[in-house]
Amino acid sequence: MWVLADSWTIARRTLTHWRNQPGLVIFQWFFPVLMLLMFGGLLGGAMEFPEGSSYYELLVPGIFALAMLFGLEGTMTAVTTDVSKGVTDRFRSLPMSSTAVVLGRCIADMLDSAVTLLVLVATGLALGWRWHEGLPSALAAFGLLLLLRFALLWVGIFIGLTVKNAQSVTMVQVVVWPIGFLSSTFVATSTMPTWLGTIAQWNPLSSTATAARNLFGNPDPSSTATWIGTHAPLAAVIAPLLLTAVFLPLSTHRYRTLSR
Amino acid sequence: MTTETVIEAVGVRKNYRGGREGAGLNGFDLEVTAGTVTGLLGPNGAGKTTAVRILSTLLELDSGTATVAGYDVRRQGAEVRRRIGLVGQYAAIDEVLTGRQNLVMFGRLNHLRNAKGRADELLERFSLTEAAGQAVSKYSGGMRRRLDLAASLIVAPRVLFVDEPTTGLDPAGRLEVRSAVRQLVDGGTTVLLTTQYLEEADQLANRISMLKAGKVVAEGTPDELKTQLGSDRLEIVLADPADVPRVVQLAGSLADGEIRVVDVRVSVPVKDRTKALVVMANSLHEARIEPEDITLRRPTLDEVFLHLTGAEVAA
Ligand SMILES: Nc1ncnc2c1ncn2[C@@H]1O[C@H](COP(=O)(O)OP(=O)(O)O)[C@@H](O)[C@H]1O
Ligand SMILES: [Mg+2]
Repeated sequence: MWVLADSWTIARRTLTHWRNQPGLVIFQWFFPVLMLLMFGGLLGGAMEFPEGSSYYELLVPGIFALAMLFGLEGTMTAVTTDVSKGVTDRFRSLPMSSTAVVLGRCIADMLDSAVTLLVLVATGLALGWRWHEGLPSALAAFGLLLLLRFALLWVGIFIGLTVKNAQSVTMVQVVVWPIGFLSSTFVATSTMPTWLGTIAQWNPLSSTATAARNLFGNPDPSSTATWIGTHAPLAAVIAPLLLTAVFLPLSTHRYRTLSR
Repeated sequence: MTTETVIEAVGVRKNYRGGREGAGLNGFDLEVTAGTVTGLLGPNGAGKTTAVRILSTLLELDSGTATVAGYDVRRQGAEVRRRIGLVGQYAAIDEVLTGRQNLVMFGRLNHLRNAKGRADELLERFSLTEAAGQAVSKYSGGMRRRLDLAASLIVAPRVLFVDEPTTGLDPAGRLEVRSAVRQLVDGGTTVLLTTQYLEEADQLANRISMLKAGKVVAEGTPDELKTQLGSDRLEIVLADPADVPRVVQLAGSLADGEIRVVDVRVSVPVKDRTKALVVMANSLHEARIEPEDITLRRPTLDEVFLHLTGAEVAA
């Protein structure tokens, strides 16, 4: 099974990057923590919560989902850097399967996201956030979050292979931020104008965040009041699978037919 | 010596989607025999990189056929990739990894048992042992190129493609890389080398194919190409520009083609070298013209190139 061995070699390359540039990767892992602290501090005081509950109950799972979305940027950047530096061409001129290159990227980015989540969980726990439905349920929530990351990974690889240069990545990033914020990640959608709240509720990011809150036993009243919100667990499985079904074949095809 | 053909391209055409009309390759033919170094020489935009990318299976051709090591680049890409090494126009190495980490990774991807041992061997061979532990981002241009060469030699390839190895390097880097390429050549690898530098092709290649607008316009050994252009030239350099018209007139009967004048240099194409020299020297003496210099010379590759392509090449 050379495909697996090759994929691991490619993934290890990213792990070596971490070792060679620890400062950079640690900053990346702690960036979502910064957001958690910032939003917690800025907005936490302005919101009212039932006795015994805090803003972090809503916010922490939201930031988990947001971190999965922002992981997309790392994937895109890594992919375009390799294309523009010719590293991708070298891989393509080697007698190895094209699947390995893409799969290697996938393994590395999933590991990266797992670490990001771990760091966030530790911070959340320190801030008083808790899961209330037992460990298996919490693990299921983490599974859903990583599933979203997995789906977005293929979106990232596809965009990265399509735009091919760093400037365009910056433009894509400008779009990623509103997508992240136009969701139930850190405010209750009931506080938004109705039309905006509806869009935010239908954002796949919201579905994952709401489903995770359900599994953690964290209250999310404004989401459970809507149809899509009550179906969040299902949506949190279906939306990522749909994204994967579209973008996985697209990105492997794009990789094979680069620069035609 | 065997004359086995390792690279063969016949009538290859390639137009880039959305690219300029006529850009790419327009009926590109090439034949490279085993153990030789072929220089693909052409100005910027002639299609050198396009040719290399097609032959190394990175780019699909529109029409025509191309085989490498006997395998069709279009239908048997995997077989081709097993037998080639590619040094692209831009050093394709990971900047964050060290030189050694790069080679070990490429060794593993080539499924070597002892990737580390091979990496050390190659570092030694390309004089990179000292810098082996440094991130590639700290390397000079010449060092990167050498590492790039090493990476493409991890498993001794049947055919090595080297695309413009010295473009963009300073003179010292150029020398470094040329001597590295020459080493490979001495090792007997079949090499297809592209360059826009004539002296590079002249120094490194056994055969040269001159490329213009996606088509090979001349092909042969450097000497063959020089004689293809035809005649030797008698060159007279004058001290006084006022003498130029008279010298042109005197040389008229000797000229076998068009006389060219650049400043005080009169260049006369001639057939019979010795006779031309004697007659010209006599005529000058009788006319009491004292030339700065009078010499016979063969055309340079520069002139061949200029003649065939009408394009300026960097020398
Ligand atoms: N991806 C591309 N899309 C459109 N045109 C291209 C592309 N790559 C190269 N070209 C054009 O094809 C011609 C040949 O390019 P190239 O093979 O890179 O030349 P060389 O390597 O000899 O400088 C040039 O005119 C260039 O502008
Ligand atoms: Mg080129």
